[in-house]
Amino acid sequence: MYAFEYQRPTSRDAAKSAAAGADTRYLAGGQSLIQAMRLRLSQSERLVDLGAIADLKAIKADGNGVTIGAMATHASVASNADVKRIAPAIAELAGGIGDPMVRNMGTIGGSIANADPAACYPAGVLAFNATIHTDRRTIAADDFFTGLWETALQPGELITAIAFPAAQKAAYVKYKQQASRFALIGVCVAQTAGGVRVGVTGAKGHAFRATEIENALAKSFTPEAAKAVKMPTTDINADLHGSAEYRAAMIGVIASRAVAAALAR
Amino acid sequence: MGNMNEPFDPSKSPIGQSVRRREDRRFITGNANYTDDVVLQGQTFGVFLRSPHAHARIRSIDLAAAKAAPGVVDIITGAELADAKVGGLPCGWLIHSKDGTPMKEPAHPVLAQGKVRHVGDQVALIVAETLLQAKDAAELVVVDYEELPAVIDLSAADSTGTSVHDDVSDNTCYDWGHGDKAAVDAAFAKAAKVTKLSFVNNRLIPNAIEPRAANAAYNRSDESYTLYVANQNPHVERLLMCAFVLGLPESKVRVIAPDVGGGFGSKIFLYPEDVALVWASKRVGRPIKWTAERSESFLTDAHGRDHVSTAELAMDQDGNFLALRVKTIANMGAYLSTFASAVPTILYATLLAGQYKTPAIYAEVKAVFTNTAPVDAYRGAGRPEATYLVERIVEQAARDMKMDPAEIRKKNFITTFPYATPVGLTYDVGGYAAHLDKAMELADVKGFPARKAASAAKGKKRGLGYACYIEACGIAPSNIAGALGARAGLFEAGEVRVHPTGTVTVFTGSHSHGQGHETTFAQVVAARLGIPVGNVEIVHGDTGRVPFGMGTYGSRSLAVGGTAIVKAVDKVIAKGKKIAAHLLEAADSDIEFENGEFKVAGTDKKIAWGNVSLTAYVPHNFPLDKLEPGLNENAFYDPTNFTYPAGSYICEVEVDSDTGKVKIEQFVAVDDFGNIVNPMIVEGQVHGGIAQGLGQAMMEACAYDPESGQLVTGSYMDYAMPRAIDIPSFKIATTNTPCSHNPLGVKGCGEAGAIGSPPAYINALTDALGVVDLAMPATPERVWRAANGLPA
Amino acid sequence: MDIPISLTVNGKSVTKTVDSRTLLVQYLREQLQLTGTHVGCDTAQCGACTVHMNGRAIKSCSILAAQVQGSQITTIEGLAKNGELHPMQAAFRECHGLQCGFCTPGMVMSAVQLLADNPKASEEEIREALDGNICRCTGYHNIVKSIQFCQSGQTPTAV
Repeated sequence: MYAFEYQRPTSRDAAKSAAAGADTRYLAGGQSLIQAMRLRLSQSERLVDLGAIADLKAIKADGNGVTIGAMATHASVASNADVKRIAPAIAELAGGIGDPMVRNMGTIGGSIANADPAACYPAGVLAFNATIHTDRRTIAADDFFTGLWETALQPGELITAIAFPAAQKAAYVKYKQQASRFALIGVCVAQTAGGVRVGVTGAKGHAFRATEIENALAKSFTPEAAKAVKMPTTDINADLHGSAEYRAAMIGVIASRAVAAALAR
Repeated sequence: MGNMNEPFDPSKSPIGQSVRRREDRRFITGNANYTDDVVLQGQTFGVFLRSPHAHARIRSIDLAAAKAAPGVVDIITGAELADAKVGGLPCGWLIHSKDGTPMKEPAHPVLAQGKVRHVGDQVALIVAETLLQAKDAAELVVVDYEELPAVIDLSAADSTGTSVHDDVSDNTCYDWGHGDKAAVDAAFAKAAKVTKLSFVNNRLIPNAIEPRAANAAYNRSDESYTLYVANQNPHVERLLMCAFVLGLPESKVRVIAPDVGGGFGSKIFLYPEDVALVWASKRVGRPIKWTAERSESFLTDAHGRDHVSTAELAMDQDGNFLALRVKTIANMGAYLSTFASAVPTILYATLLAGQYKTPAIYAEVKAVFTNTAPVDAYRGAGRPEATYLVERIVEQAARDMKMDPAEIRKKNFITTFPYATPVGLTYDVGGYAAHLDKAMELADVKGFPARKAASAAKGKKRGLGYACYIEACGIAPSNIAGALGARAGLFEAGEVRVHPTGTVTVFTGSHSHGQGHETTFAQVVAARLGIPVGNVEIVHGDTGRVPFGMGTYGSRSLAVGGTAIVKAVDKVIAKGKKIAAHLLEAADSDIEFENGEFKVAGTDKKIAWGNVSLTAYVPHNFPLDKLEPGLNENAFYDPTNFTYPAGSYICEVEVDSDTGKVKIEQFVAVDDFGNIVNPMIVEGQVHGGIAQGLGQAMMEACAYDPESGQLVTGSYMDYAMPRAIDIPSFKIATTNTPCSHNPLGVKGCGEAGAIGSPPAYINALTDALGVVDLAMPATPERVWRAANGLPA
Repeated sequence: MDIPISLTVNGKSVTKTVDSRTLLVQYLREQLQLTGTHVGCDTAQCGACTVHMNGRAIKSCSILAAQVQGSQITTIEGLAKNGELHPMQAAFRECHGLQCGFCTPGMVMSAVQLLADNPKASEEEIREALDGNICRCTGYHNIVKSIQFCQSGQTPTAV
């Protein structure tokens, strides 16, 4: 990898100052960034390691939901009693990311900041209508994922936590791409205070809400209703792991399985 | 077969017992010594600059900035090698075309000479003090390429306007034929029924988990070279490199293959990197260490398979096979790798009889060059391709004839041995119905209809498929191989050195990179000498210590290497008897050897092994007038035939039509490997082979972009390798018709799993889906399309 | 830039000053000569590099040594205590859970955590939990058997 200056602050403020000025990236769990750097696909003058900032890892139940610190690992989210109680679909989603080793290091903040088009968390964030808290503002889920590997984050902006409203009738089903074990198609379905929301990852350049399926489920929250929706192939990814036609068809199929899982709770 | 879970019983012969592996200790404690673990004093680090283009002329290479980069020690390109008259890499097997002309052998340069011919082709070797410095410097090399159109499509390679090699205008290496065309044509003319299928045997990337690595050192004091390299056959590596490429005396080169993390064929070949490193180590004056990154391995390890074939099976109205006609195009890649030419010919067409009495067979194979990585032997090497074709067409023939797939096979099985097939091999022994029956029983084929109905009730499709494979291994009788074009012999070497205090060191030309020879060979020697297994040490992988052997591939180690060792042991016993006769004051012919003791026949006068061994080295009371001191014998063994492991595999699958995902409900493998030395190790070989075969059938696909020639599947992100959850536990059993022509009666077992499993899986899947064919890999989308009647 | 990294590795405190780019696996292999941890890929998928950090399995190829500053690291070399094999190591030998051995250190480290987290794991759960460890030799059949043997607490055979 290319040379960089390394810093490991122990507070949020120190992290923000460390990021100011130079061509900087934040290092969260490193499960995507370190590989990108090894392959020389990513290069920054300065790397700010967030791993020593303890209060970014906290997971707290509050009011109507649970707030997960940006540096909470997937393993800690998957096993956290509050998450399992308040938003079990998110615990299950976290428990299916990568593999056990990836889950011991990978973080929710790192995952959504990276915004891999096949990452699991974006589907969950969209479905739950989560709120992304940063050092300078809050960002609604619907505004966060803006393009391929692109988010609404500004340079130097630090995600501090993601707040998930409670949702019981919710589930995430992941259909793994056989090679990478990322989501070929991942669908999170949630009955939220504002209605049914369906977050889809793996299908397009970034996670999105399948409004066609949301409309169908609003009328009838059943697996059959989801399966009956024929998603259009517009902007759907096509590669050797799946044509656009196949992926589009799988959105409905996987969504229906997510509905079935949600109903089974 | 012995139970792999039983504890070792020292009162019984070690043969047939699941002795736990002696080599395991270093592997499970992290104390093994793989090539990348080797650290040589003063070593530098090598990085290869590789072509980003599939096909291009090199107009110029500017090294100025790179040479000035920090830590750079030297940079070598094709120009330096050409000046030094370094040769190109040779191919070890000469194939002739139908018209009698020898195959085309375009130059295979160590570093590019004016042209690059596949993405990843070696252009320069950058040597620096640290790996990072070498990588940084490599990025500063400026190569001016003139891109050329890439030849990627296998089927069109011989008719595209572009030549991969300037001296092979039609990209055709050879156009070979084998068998009796006239007899086949006549049989087809009279056939009541013809089944026809077209296949692609999908291109695979071996992906041993240890990437290729080498560390080359020149020793100034005695002008010798030492090469540590992850390789399956150090003597072959040395011979090819010294005699054909570098012009060095073998006596000045030592090749050491330490612990090697898997090979599957990909580490047989003489690779350009190995040669470049050895040559450069003298120029640089310090060792040069290189380890491939995984993405580099993807680009440059020899790939496997990559055939396009059509096959036709002619039958009479009762389903007896009359003739088989095969036409295949095989990809050689950009350059001829060490054994590449033999894989789709000698190792392929000679197996097209399968287990059947088909009287007439004719195969045509055209081998072509493309702008892709070289293709060569990969687990099974030609035999999976042959078996896939035969077992798929036989299964389809059963469906066409509305016969049970087991019945049509039994009807056509060879039942008398030895049997000379119409494609050149003589099967010495076999018992095919026995393993088919056993497989059917283990698989509870009778219960399948009920299981199918139960799946249907859940809305799922269920299928059952067979594959009855045979292979030729225990490679090979040198004279036959030579007659077929091999430029090497295929014997094996074994040296048995008895130490004065009675322990034994065995030097074997076979190489273990996972096969457990340190244990199984010790079992063989211990059994024959009547000494504890723990008293036998097996040494392999070092040309400085081991007599010339051809290495490990082609399931040959126990059959050929083990036999060489047995012959050496027998020489030791013969000499031991003479020593014992002297000590016991008896005639040589009166001495018997049993359970580690020499005794005078018919008496209880005996002498222990340890006494004889000590006497050999302390020859005070010794027939020095007739016998030399010492007890150290070697043997070279050239087999008289191939061995013919065979078996019956049954696969049962359940399909989720909504997604195309397939669950393997059971996989049964019954193999006839002849006698078995260590059941646990044999089962392990079968497991691993099945996993690789299922990988081919289910998910592995090496894909090059048809326009640019870029390797699309360049990492594990896109090349799917089976994980534990993708495949089930297997049901394994064996039958035994001992090999007739080696003293151990063994046939070899390393490749069988990879040979029999792809057709078993696809036969099961096509059965479930009710379709004629499904291309490999049968990805979920392919299955989904077939299951839902959508175009492929 | 060069930074000093202090770790406790297999119970011993170590401090080495290395380039900040140094991956944990490189620190272990090159600075400490602990070559039991292997590099098998460059996309963090094969798992041959698995070690334990503060008791949790991680992929040492996907982490800078700097990120684990001050941590307790256990590698395969640290599993056996006083020359006696860890039950998982013994189980792998008992059940032929390895062939070429290259994936084995990572596989064993991963398996140790697997049973620590889920002592009663079913075969399916075992297979799922090994998603981050690729083996090309064994077909996983005997790896699963090895883990089940360790679960059972049976005594391995002597020879």
